[in-house]
Amino acid sequence: MAQAAMSPTGIDLSGNPRRRRKETLIRRVFQAAAVVSVVVSAAIVFSLVGRAGYFLAQVDLATLIAPSDGWFPRRGSFDVMTIFAGTLLVSGIGMLVAAPLGLGAAIYLSEYARPRVRRYLKPILEILAGVPSVVLGFFAITWITPQIVERIVPGAQFFNMAAAGIAVGILITPLVAAVAEDAFRSVPQSLREASYGMGARKRSTTLNVVVPAAVSGVVASLILALSRAIGETMIVAIASGATGGSAFTLDPAAPGQTMTAAMTALAIGSDQVRGTEGTFESLYFIGLLLFLITLALNVISDRFVRRVRQKY
Amino acid sequence: METVTTDSPRNVHIDMGARKPNARPSGEPVFEVADLAVYYGPFRAIRDVSMSIAQHQITALIGPSGCGKTTMLRCFNRMNDLIETARVEGSVRYHGADLYDKRVDPVEVRRRIGMVFQKPNPFPKSIYDNIAFGPKVAGFKGDLDDVVEESLQKAALWDEVRNRLKESAMGLSGGQQQRLCIARCIAVRPDVILMDEPCSALDPIATGRIEDLMQNLKDEFTIVVVTHNMQQAARVSDMTAFFTAEVNEEQDRRTGVLVEYDKTEQMFTNPSDERTENYVTGRFG
Repeated sequence: MAQAAMSPTGIDLSGNPRRRRKETLIRRVFQAAAVVSVVVSAAIVFSLVGRAGYFLAQVDLATLIAPSDGWFPRRGSFDVMTIFAGTLLVSGIGMLVAAPLGLGAAIYLSEYARPRVRRYLKPILEILAGVPSVVLGFFAITWITPQIVERIVPGAQFFNMAAAGIAVGILITPLVAAVAEDAFRSVPQSLREASYGMGARKRSTTLNVVVPAAVSGVVASLILALSRAIGETMIVAIASGATGGSAFTLDPAAPGQTMTAAMTALAIGSDQVRGTEGTFESLYFIGLLLFLITLALNVISDRFVRRVRQKY
Repeated sequence: METVTTDSPRNVHIDMGARKPNARPSGEPVFEVADLAVYYGPFRAIRDVSMSIAQHQITALIGPSGCGKTTMLRCFNRMNDLIETARVEGSVRYHGADLYDKRVDPVEVRRRIGMVFQKPNPFPKSIYDNIAFGPKVAGFKGDLDDVVEESLQKAALWDEVRNRLKESAMGLSGGQQQRLCIARCIAVRPDVILMDEPCSALDPIATGRIEDLMQNLKDEFTIVVVTHNMQQAARVSDMTAFFTAEVNEEQDRRTGVLVEYDKTEQMFTNPSDERTENYVTGRFG
């Protein structure tokens, strides 16, 4: 090669072949890393679809929506509405906690906090984001239930969805705060100046200029957090009770089953019962549903994030 | 710069030409600046500025980059307060009242002294909401529709946008956006409008329109405009202040000083300071 690139005047521009080979190798390594994530995602979907299909072939589709039966997979009661309601309830309570706390923290950090305060506060928030969810699950039954839930609803059960929801809210608050703070900080300073230049106070500037300008990012942060809440497993498995199954309920003070907790119960087989035909496969069916729900939410939030980048 | 000697770099500014007392503009002064210095942290951005700005006139602040003209402008409505490290020494009086008195609320100052910025910065809201914002936050109780129409009329934008008031202001052209920002400023009914290089992001046609607009607005408002463009200062202003940057003791740090302040015609035809002459004739800056 080196010889071929030699010009008649003797100038060799072919470079060092070893370096070029190394360059190619490194490119391949990074490429492989990127491709693995795609392969894994595809494999997950593939593994879910097959067994979920088998499950759907085994059961009478009418039993999938029969709230009176509840979700008792070992007995052949596969009411998806029960666990869907549980998921909705827990993540709904989580959002009620995380939205005001997370957005409030984001506004404070972005608009009000002095750089010094921000330097200390932000890492603390990040520590909260790093608390393992099993710890939060335990916190839910040992502290949230007696200190909060039982005070609001006297006679609430020890395991209940409200405590799980509040713990999930604590879990996703840093996520809301981080994404929303980014959105607020990316609002150009020129808009704040325009507002101050007209004699607006900090409050009006923040609430009437910065927040509306960052609305796409705020929505994205909430959707992202919701999808995280829906997928949260450990907290609900510990704190919301209902290991084997659950009757349909919308009472936050009662134990209930979420989609993720239902999958955990099936996967670890805590009740030691083999169950009817399709019991185990129902796990894959819920898994597929969860996958689709969170995928849809992520796509929507991605749209919002894109919109926020186009503006200004 | 030949006077710079290696052993005394800190004295650079002293021998740069004799100072003559700056001319006072005719008419009632709106602002009186005395011995003003502004610091950003340890860095002194401008020093020893004394000038007085007359009502219903257009005063232009000109000078090369980094000479502190924008810093000066931002002292008039306390916009420098937004920069945490900024510190102001000396006095700026507005109709006799000290703007930097402890009891002064900068928000009250900015309601009377509005600002138009270098880059058009409309809010990502509708045209209508952009104009209505100021009156709303000022607690205006009246017909907002009237304020919006009147402000847009005065900013010579009404005819172009009257049929799309509910559309986003981001869809307007750069020149229209800047006139919208002027309309937004007028809507608060200020006494003074500060303009920080309002045409630097605009093409010549849009620039011409803004300049015409400024002439119309000066009957009602006092205007102080910072401009990079000497022709613009010559075209629009009644008074011109020329600032320049002098080398500081530290390297790469420059402090702005007011070199000369006089009637615009005088400044451009017969300046008394050599530095002004060099600048306006294009030999420097």
